[in-house]
Amino acid sequence: MSQVLQNQMDKRQAENKQVAKKPILIARDLKRHYEVGGGMFSKSSTVRALDGASFTLTPGRTLAVVGESGCGKSTLARVVTMIEQATEGALEIEGDAIGEKLAQGNKELRAKVQIVFQDPYGSLNPRQSIGKTLMEPLLINRPDISAKERETRARDMIAMVGLREEHFDRYPHMFSGGQRQRIAVARALMLDPKILVLDEPVSALDLSIQSQILNLLVDLQDRLDLAYLFISHDLSVVRHFADDVMVMYLGKPVEQGSMETVFSQPRHPYTKALLSATPVADPTRKSKRIKLSGELPSPMNLPQGCAFNPRCWRASEKCRSTRPVLTGAGDGAGTDLGDHLAACFHPLEDED
Amino acid sequence: MSLLEIRNLTVEFRTASGLFRAVDSVDVTVENGDLLAIVGESGSGKSVSMLAVMGLLPWTANITADKMEFDGHDLRSLSAKARRQIVGKDISMIFQEPMSSLNPCFNVGYQIKETLRIHMGMGRRERHTRAVELMTQVGIPDPEKRLSAFPHQMSGGMSQRVMIAMALACKPKLLIADEPTTALDVTIQAQILDLLTDLQETTDMALILITHDMGVVAETVDRVMVQYAGQRVEEQMVDKLFANPHHPYTTALLAALPERAQSRHLPTIPGVVPGQFDRPQGCLFSPRCQFADARCKSQPPGRAGQELGSVLCHYPLVDGAPLNKEAS
Repeated sequence: MSQVLQNQMDKRQAENKQVAKKPILIARDLKRHYEVGGGMFSKSSTVRALDGASFTLTPGRTLAVVGESGCGKSTLARVVTMIEQATEGALEIEGDAIGEKLAQGNKELRAKVQIVFQDPYGSLNPRQSIGKTLMEPLLINRPDISAKERETRARDMIAMVGLREEHFDRYPHMFSGGQRQRIAVARALMLDPKILVLDEPVSALDLSIQSQILNLLVDLQDRLDLAYLFISHDLSVVRHFADDVMVMYLGKPVEQGSMETVFSQPRHPYTKALLSATPVADPTRKSKRIKLSGELPSPMNLPQGCAFNPRCWRASEKCRSTRPVLTGAGDGAGTDLGDHLAACFHPLEDED
Repeated sequence: MSLLEIRNLTVEFRTASGLFRAVDSVDVTVENGDLLAIVGESGSGKSVSMLAVMGLLPWTANITADKMEFDGHDLRSLSAKARRQIVGKDISMIFQEPMSSLNPCFNVGYQIKETLRIHMGMGRRERHTRAVELMTQVGIPDPEKRLSAFPHQMSGGMSQRVMIAMALACKPKLLIADEPTTALDVTIQAQILDLLTDLQETTDMALILITHDMGVVAETVDRVMVQYAGQRVEEQMVDKLFANPHHPYTTALLAALPERAQSRHLPTIPGVVPGQFDRPQGCLFSPRCQFADARCKSQPPGRAGQELGSVLCHYPLVDGAPLNKEAS
C-alpha cells in the first residue's frame, strides 16, 4: 500500500476521533414481538424477534450487526427503517422520537433512513428503467422538484455510484449483479438520507465484485458523511468495514463494542465461537475451531436463563436459570459505544 | 489408474443465440482419497463440468472430451442404464440448496432408504438399520425419530446433513459437493465441513469441493483448481497457491479478500467475467488483467509447467512479478 494512502487513512481516523460527532440515531431497548398462530383451538404465542437492543448511529461511522440467521438482524433493520413499528422501546432520529404518528406519513423523517437489500434483482422493478427507478423517490417525496431537476439529480447519482451515462434508459435485467447493487445504492441515496441500512449488501456477490461495492460504500460514506447500519453474517467483511460491532443471538445483543476490541478480545462465548467458525483464507493457520453443537433454538420456545446456554461450553447452573444482562467493561455499564458490553456470567478473559 | 480422469472436457450449450461454451478444455484428475477444490466466480463453469461427469446436463448440452473415465468406466460411451448403476452409488453429489433438493412429499427416511433399496438391494430391516447408522454418522440427533420427519420440518443445516447421508448411503468412491455450505450459517458450515473431511479421512473417499469461498478452500482441501470463464487457469497445492499464486486472476482474487486488505480500499478486479458475446480474443482474462499486453490480447496462452501451477498465462507470476516479460 502506498504511503499516501496510509497517511490519508490515519488522518481520517484522527479526524473521527477529534470531533466526537453527535449520534444521529439513538435506540433504547428496542423490541419487536410478533403474535403467531392462534387458530380456533390453539393459543397464540409470541415470537420475540427483537428483544431489547440499544445502540447509537453516528455520521461517518458504521455499526455492524452480526449473528446467525434468525437472530433478529433483519427485524432490527425493518424497525430502524420504520417499515415496522417497535413493540417497545424508544427510537430517536436527530432528536425526534419516533412514535406511531411520526412514522406514519412523515416523509421528511422517512427520507432520512434508507435501505439497501441483499438481492438487488429482487428489489428492483423489472419494468422500470434505471432512470425511472431513481427518479421515483423524488417524484413521491419531493413533489416540488421539477421534472428537469429530477432527471439531473438522477443522472448525477448514476455518475456518483460509478455507472455510465448510457445506463439511464436501461432495465435491470441488462445489468450484472454488481451493477444492480450499485443501482440499489443509488436509489437509496436519492433522498439525501443521513442513515443507510445495508442488509447483507454484498452476500450475493462474487468476491471480485464484492470488493468493488465495499469500496463504493466506503467512498460514499466519506463524501456524504453517512451513518451505516451494516447487517452481515460474513465476519471477514465486517472486520474490514465496521467501526463498531453488535453481536446478536436470538433477538438480543450479547456483545457490543468497537470492532477492534470485539474481534481481538471477545468476551461472550458466542462471539468467540462465531469468530473461530469463520474460515480464514490462510492455509498455514491451523487453529482449533470451537465446535458449537446443535442449532439455534426456536424463538417461540426459548431456553430458560441465558438463551445460549444449551450450546455453550462454559454454561453453569446460574446460566440455566437466570438471564444475563449486558454489562460493560472498564467504564462501567452504559450504552455509549466505546464501552465493551457483554451479556454473560462467565465472560472470557484475554487468555482464554 | 486414477479414480476420475478427464482430459480436454468441453461443454457447449445450444442456445437460441448460438453456441455458448461453458467449459473449455478442462482436465481433472482425482485419485482415491483426494481432497480437491474447484474455485471460481459464478459463471466460471465449475458446476457444469461436474454435472457433465454425473450425466445431469440437459439435452441442449454438447459434451466432448478426449477422455472421461471413472474407475475404469468410460463415461462418454456409457449407456443410460449402466450410468445409473454408477451415479448415486460410486459417485454421488451434494447440491447447494438442501431445501430444494429434497422431495417435500416423502419423509427423509424414505428418501435415504430408496438409494439403499435400488443400489444395494437391501431388505427392509437392513435398510432401516443402515439409515439410522447414516443419520448418526452425519450428526443428526434422535435419528430413529427424525427418519419420519419431512423436509419442511427440518432446518437448513439438518436438511444438508440428510443430503449428505443420502450421498454417503452406498459408500461412494467419489463425492462431489457443490457449494455444500453456501446457504448455511458459519457455525453450521464449520460442522458440515468437519463432517466431510472426517469422512474423507476415515473412508478413503475422494472429495471434490466446488466453492467460491477462499476461506473454506484454505481450511478444508489439499489441492485447488482455479477456473475462469470455463477454463482451468491454475492448479496448485493449497498452501502454495495462497503463498505464491502464479496466475494474475488468482492473485487478484486473493488480493480482493477483505481479510488481506491493507487499507480501507480493497484492490478490485475491474470489469466482469466475459459472457457469450464479449468473449475476448487471446487470453480470456486479458481485458481485466493488469499485466496484459498486446500478445495477451491476440494469442491464447499456452499452459505452463507444473512447477508454475500449470497456469494458462503468457507471463506467469512468480512472487507477484510476471515472468518472461522482459524477454519478449
